[in-house]
Amino acid sequence: MDWETGGEMISSIAGGNLLNIDDLTREAIIEVLDTAESFLEVSTRAIKKVPTLKGRVVASLFYEESTRTRLSFETAAKRLSADVISLAVAASSVKKGESLRDTASTIEALGVDAVVIRHQSSGAPHHVAAALPGIRIINAGDGQHQHPTQGLLDVFTLRQALSSRAGTTGSESGAELFKNLKVLIVGDIRHSRVARSDAWAYATLGSTVRICAPGTLLPDDVSTWPVEVMKNFDEALEWADVVGLLRLQNERGSGTLVPSLAEFTRSHGLTQERHRRLAPHVLITHPGPMNRGVEIDSLVADADNALISQQVANGVPVRMAVLYLALAGGEPKGYSHE
Amino acid sequence: MSNDIILRNGTLVGSEGTTKGDLRIRGGRIVGRGDVGASSDGDQEFDVSGCLVGPGFVDLHTHLREPGREEAETIASGAMAAALGGFTAIVAMPNTEPALDNVITVSYVLAKGAEAVVDVAVAAAITVGRAGEHLTAISDLAALGVRLFTDDGNGVQSAAVMRRAMSYAAPLGITLAQHCEDESLAAGGVMNEGALSSQLGLAGRPAVAEELMVMRDIELSRLTKCPVHFLHLSTARSVALVAAAKAEGLLVTCEIAPHHFTLDESSLAHYDTQFKVHPPLRTASDVAALRSAMTTGIIDAVATDHAPHASELKDLPFDQAPAGMLGLEQVASLTWEALGENPDPVRFFALLSRGPARIAQLRDEDSRVGLSAHGGELTVGDDANIVVFDPRMSYVVDRAALASRAHNTPYHGRAMHGRAVMTLVRGTLVARNGELQ
Repeated sequence: MDWETGGEMISSIAGGNLLNIDDLTREAIIEVLDTAESFLEVSTRAIKKVPTLKGRVVASLFYEESTRTRLSFETAAKRLSADVISLAVAASSVKKGESLRDTASTIEALGVDAVVIRHQSSGAPHHVAAALPGIRIINAGDGQHQHPTQGLLDVFTLRQALSSRAGTTGSESGAELFKNLKVLIVGDIRHSRVARSDAWAYATLGSTVRICAPGTLLPDDVSTWPVEVMKNFDEALEWADVVGLLRLQNERGSGTLVPSLAEFTRSHGLTQERHRRLAPHVLITHPGPMNRGVEIDSLVADADNALISQQVANGVPVRMAVLYLALAGGEPKGYSHE
Repeated sequence: MSNDIILRNGTLVGSEGTTKGDLRIRGGRIVGRGDVGASSDGDQEFDVSGCLVGPGFVDLHTHLREPGREEAETIASGAMAAALGGFTAIVAMPNTEPALDNVITVSYVLAKGAEAVVDVAVAAAITVGRAGEHLTAISDLAALGVRLFTDDGNGVQSAAVMRRAMSYAAPLGITLAQHCEDESLAAGGVMNEGALSSQLGLAGRPAVAEELMVMRDIELSRLTKCPVHFLHLSTARSVALVAAAKAEGLLVTCEIAPHHFTLDESSLAHYDTQFKVHPPLRTASDVAALRSAMTTGIIDAVATDHAPHASELKDLPFDQAPAGMLGLEQVASLTWEALGENPDPVRFFALLSRGPARIAQLRDEDSRVGLSAHGGELTVGDDANIVVFDPRMSYVVDRAALASRAHNTPYHGRAMHGRAVMTLVRGTLVARNGELQ
């Protein structure tokens, strides 16, 4: 057992892995956000590429279906000039029964510098990290555990919106705008790795986090989480500055944990009627993909105070920052020379 | 000239107290006790002063993996691990492949067990294929000497099937042993349900899944008057339920496994599959409750739930790896440590020898088939199944040095205090100082 890292907080991901958010300090998170902000500009160039990770190899290992996370990681790696190899699980030896450990060893033998892994088993990235101590492991979502880059891009998107509103920049504001911010996470928290990442990301930056869900969609025990539970969604909406919605995960059985989707929508859906009652400053996030008409009304999803498309767009600079810090962290920033 | 074994100046541990003295062993039996006189040519004499000398340990819960998973353990290798751990008898669990659910497979294990270094008794399945539906040939299997029946690995889920098994078993003088987990609550779970499982994103096996089945079977035992033995209890509430049932005089006994009284769920924080087991490691307060109950007599036996798994199976993502861990070679040390600052030797041998021997019906006064007597008082004439335990001995667990074929111990690298230094099975010295003889 790897007791050495037990309980220790990570103050920078530079040169290291990104497995969880709950062990990152505020400084570590701010470092990613500031780095991502400096990468935002790259995406606006005609030639969207910097040579920072030239000659580095990033493997993307997706054991679960994904559109935005996989595309955004691979785009991020390519904009940093890294070579990207991606394992198509359906066509690989995995289908022949190869274990994750053996697949990891194969990838190591190919001379890979970083592995971006999504897996249906909670802890799978930690399993690979233990097997490949010389390779940087980036968790792109593990089971119902963590999705750290989603948490980072969510707080990045929030800081962007709040700092623009305050007439400043994200990096100038640091973590200041998260102070006293009231963040409500609502919906299928039980099955959500996004909720587990967002709760810690917001709380670590100084926000107050509350969660609200039908009893069966709450985790079994949140006594160690930095959150409070609110029973009434409408009261929670009156309280919140930020409403983080989650996808109802029917593929994990959520549909059987509520009497019906319609009842879920009535009790915990962000309907147009509820949306109208929100204070004007309230911001809405959703990690996607959305079940329009279930946890979020279709028109609400496209409303001005919904940051959903910004979340998707920010996936690239935030993942560029994560890859850059993990792989080139500590080295001089070379990307500005091109 | 004789060929006796003489154990000199030991602390002889009886069920009521200890006395200082010698033992003389000849022809598989104890032939002298107290002052046994000088040794003569050909005798082997061992100075065991400072050591506890008691009846050999009996494990109620050993997974030997033969037939079917011989790469993880065989009857022979499991018996060797047992001998090194101070055991003179073990009870083989029936979740082999195929299961020990019929006269042929049970006879196979008994025959192989007869060649092993310790006595091997068999616990046969309650239901065919351990599937929880049709009763096995319980009466025929009892005639072969089977005294414990269990579907271990699975609890018997249906109350109706369990009641039927109990009604059938009650007049036969046998005991039904239950793996208590209600799968309608526990299925799919991989660790204790609670704050940590919620944070790690792992599905939980709740304590109440165990406790509900304990409650159910206590009531069924009350109804049918069939003795029931609860395997590897893991929660404070389960132990409290058994304590209350015992106070009522019901026919219930229970065991706890060493991992449940030495480790808690916090060991899982890094998804290390060596700590995955069913029932799962519980909370620190459950561990404390189990340790406390060990000293009061509520717990009848410490039993290993020794569960070897090939390393390639344990080396998987957490939810895919099999549950279970080794236990035979460390359990005596762990039990001794758990009994506190001044462990009571009588309690120690009650938990590891006399309690389990009574439940497995392996004592001199029990009817046995093909096996010698265990868990006795070390009186002259007894079968010489004996362990010498040295409380002063320390060692560090090395998984590569274990006798088991598998290496899945959660205690690798941990320092242990107190060790079985001699194991005698039917008068033969089979293990000494961590080496097979």
